[in-house]
Amino acid sequence: MIVAALRKDFLLQWRTRAQVAAIFVFGATALLLFSFAIGPNAEALRQHAAGFLWLALLLSSTLTLAESFQSEMEQHALEGLLLLPADARALYYGKALSNWAQLALLGVALVPIMVVLYDAGSMNVAALVGIILLGSAGLSAPGTLYAAMTSQARSKQTLLPLLLFPLVVPVLLSAVKATSLLILGDPMDQVRSWSLLLVCFDLIHWSLCGLLFGRVVED
Amino acid sequence: MSAERESPLVPYVLAFLGLVLLLWGSWWGLFAAPGEAHMGNVQRIMYVHVPTAWNAMLALTFAFACALASLFRGGWQWDARLEAAMEVGIVLSILLCMQGAIWAKPTWGVWWDWDPRLTTTAVLVFAFAGILALRHFVDDPVKRAVWSAVATIVAYVDVPIVYFSVKWWNSLHQLQSTPETVSRAFHWPLRINAFGILFLMSAMIGLRTKVAALRLRSELAPPLPAELVAPLTAQRLEGSAR
Repeated sequence: MIVAALRKDFLLQWRTRAQVAAIFVFGATALLLFSFAIGPNAEALRQHAAGFLWLALLLSSTLTLAESFQSEMEQHALEGLLLLPADARALYYGKALSNWAQLALLGVALVPIMVVLYDAGSMNVAALVGIILLGSAGLSAPGTLYAAMTSQARSKQTLLPLLLFPLVVPVLLSAVKATSLLILGDPMDQVRSWSLLLVCFDLIHWSLCGLLFGRVVED
Repeated sequence: MSAERESPLVPYVLAFLGLVLLLWGSWWGLFAAPGEAHMGNVQRIMYVHVPTAWNAMLALTFAFACALASLFRGGWQWDARLEAAMEVGIVLSILLCMQGAIWAKPTWGVWWDWDPRLTTTAVLVFAFAGILALRHFVDDPVKRAVWSAVATIVAYVDVPIVYFSVKWWNSLHQLQSTPETVSRAFHWPLRINAFGILFLMSAMIGLRTKVAALRLRSELAPPLPAELVAPLTAQRLEGSAR
């Protein structure tokens, strides 16, 4: 069931790939703009590279998440989906997994831009991809739940970040810390404990939001 | 709704009691209790700060309980209580941050510090203020009740994770003050103020629940027949023209 929902969401994303490209350009522009806040100081930019990468990803994630439910709202597609003899949870996990994939891809795509702009090379790429996977999973689980709510409310553009940003403070904190340690060196081997915190956040929110999603969409 | 069956006087009696207790405890804390050895008079803000913290957590925990009840048991009174408890909890949390800043400036030399409890309280204020905004932007009362209950549960579960992540990130706060950690001379004003704020808070939650319940009732009521509405609207138009 989840596979079918996931297949539908991936197909949807593939057919609107111009959207994905536009969100990538938005993230890259954000990375470019952040460097103007610091000034052309190579050392300071390197220090802040991890924070800027995750802020760019967080800002872009609101677009990705809102977009993922926009198409379901058009012509009452969501109501049609709910009429199927399927569990609402399958819909949620399909949507959340496809958002996760898209956000992780976006995060990985933004890394080269960060390396070029902030001179943040020489790091363990596999570990960085792991952190991006864990962090984007933490953004996608509550983000998908809140996008389902706010897409049906008034002034949705304001509401989604308002609800999501305070909630994902732990994700932002630990992902920035872990990425920063990967870029600047990790003499105390702290990356492991920050990743563990991300794993805990992901486990709690992937299970809790999945449980509650059915109540959000049913009428 | 059960809020209307209670005697209308209860919240006012509670508010009066709370105010008296708060004045008594604060007078005791400000003038009768001895000053603290290292911090001097600055420490006296503890007599409101610590009880505010306890009660803010209590109000938000009550909001969480209301969210669970509203989602799994149903009933409009839980939705009204959720709205009331959350608003009062947010006001207390904002007061808490302000008192903390007033205390931190002479003690630490800065208004704000990124310590776990301070930062978590700030994150909490923003998280719950977002839910109040959500309530504001959803017109359908059924959806509003379910969504705000879901959002409250998720936000409340998130609070310990925020606390631990910020704790690992940075730390510099006093040990929590409870009657066990402070000298006996400080006990009584702390306890009296705690009950004072508790009564005042319960009164505010009770009154706010009534307002929320009345609004819900007007939203859920079937629309009035047209021949009744027309003269009312005409009257209102006339009034605003004047």
